[in-house]
Amino acid sequence: MNLRRKAVIANEEEIRRVVQRIAHEIVERNKGTTDLALVGIRRRGVPLAERVQEAIRGIEGVALPLGVVDITLYRDDLRTISPQPLVHSTELPFEVEDRVLILVDDVLFTGRTVRAAIGALMDYGRPRAIQLAVLVDRGHRELPIRADYVGKNVPTSRKEIVEVEIVEEDGVDRISIIEPEEEER
Amino acid sequence: MSFRRRHLLGLEGMSRDEVLDILATARSFRQVLDRPIKRVPALQGVTACNAFFEPSTRTRLSFELAEKRLSADTINFASGGSSVSKGETLRDTVRNIEAMRVDVVVIRHGASGAPHFLARNIDGHVINAGDGFHEHPTQALLDLYTIQEELGRLEGLKVTIVGDIAHSRVARSNLWGLQAVGAEVTLVGPTTLLPAEIEKAGVRVKSRLEEALDGADVVNVLRLQLERMRGGFLPSLREYAATWGITRERLALCSPNVRVMHPGPINRGVEISDEVADSRESLVLDQVTNGVAVRMAVLYLVRGGRGNGAERIPAQEGSGA
Repeated sequence: MNLRRKAVIANEEEIRRVVQRIAHEIVERNKGTTDLALVGIRRRGVPLAERVQEAIRGIEGVALPLGVVDITLYRDDLRTISPQPLVHSTELPFEVEDRVLILVDDVLFTGRTVRAAIGALMDYGRPRAIQLAVLVDRGHRELPIRADYVGKNVPTSRKEIVEVEIVEEDGVDRISIIEPEEEER
Repeated sequence: MSFRRRHLLGLEGMSRDEVLDILATARSFRQVLDRPIKRVPALQGVTACNAFFEPSTRTRLSFELAEKRLSADTINFASGGSSVSKGETLRDTVRNIEAMRVDVVVIRHGASGAPHFLARNIDGHVINAGDGFHEHPTQALLDLYTIQEELGRLEGLKVTIVGDIAHSRVARSNLWGLQAVGAEVTLVGPTTLLPAEIEKAGVRVKSRLEEALDGADVVNVLRLQLERMRGGFLPSLREYAATWGITRERLALCSPNVRVMHPGPINRGVEISDEVADSRESLVLDQVTNGVAVRMAVLYLVRGGRGNGAERIPAQEGSGA
């Protein structure tokens, strides 16, 4: 199946502004930074969480604690995939108990990744609250999950793929919609 | 991910990448053991049966704990208190276990090749927890893991395995695993307990302990199986301790940064002195903790395996390799 880049919906500059806005919203909603911690979902949620951390430092002068969650062992499809996905580490260099955790990911789609991430975090303690920040919400939820902070709402068809590229992982900052090309007959 | 096996039957023939996949996965599971909630849902809904046809405390508990930490349901089966003592064959026992809809069978058996037999005859996944004199792959994997954690690498390390090599499945699995990752293996022990033609496996074999310890980075001390004393393999325990026991003085011959391992249970004062067993260099208790993480990794990984991997039948062996 050939894939085609249908549209670029955000470039480096736009992603920067979106992260900046999300940082402002997080501080505003939580009335400051007390008890907040950021948690990036591997992989692309991690550099995004670092950017949010940097943006909040710029606004409030506070460096929020930052963690990384690997959801592999909490996926609901482990029974059906082969070979098993590599398990990476979860690193939460702070007490989860009683904190307000801001989960950060690139794309919110079915909601299954977020469900798994919440399960993983709960096994480290009882946070006071978990909030969700995503760069893109593309719809098509399969679970009752919604984001608290959304960079861009992008209506998509199920067939399309939302590709988020981040300098740290992919060498470029870009959000694109990719679609499968029609088969030639 | 290079590891795509459906079963873990042995380390012979396993590639470097497969071994490293298991160790890398174990590292992530090791972290789970330090969390407040030491359990992940990766094997939810999976039933594991620990079928131990030979006595074992440590290995069985370690597997059981690993299964529970992965949220699997576990059942235990030990030959002492079961129908095996009533003359049931391995095949019948296994059919019965399978009829209980078990997904993973962890088997320890006195006959070399029993796990392979099982793998050919059931639908589930099979993990070898020690078969005869053949292999004990998870013990070797936890040894490799412990060395890597402690010394930061495996490749190029000099590992000396001391003791009853001929009857040791631990030695055999260690040898394959260590060779796969590029460590240099030296075997040493009384000539009556060294298998014939073991050099063909590509290891150094020494008959003098002092020579084998020279510059060693790791000394893996095998348990002297006291039941072997009756077979006329050894003159006396005291003589064994004097000639082959790992003591402080002998440790001085090794690399200054040497580490000592033992698969347990320890015969203190026989194959290893009290002083060494409790020393700073001893990794015995790390091995036990790491064993749970390594077994979690193996249980997790075989669940994703689709190939059979039971095609190879191990050579029938007496005391040899």
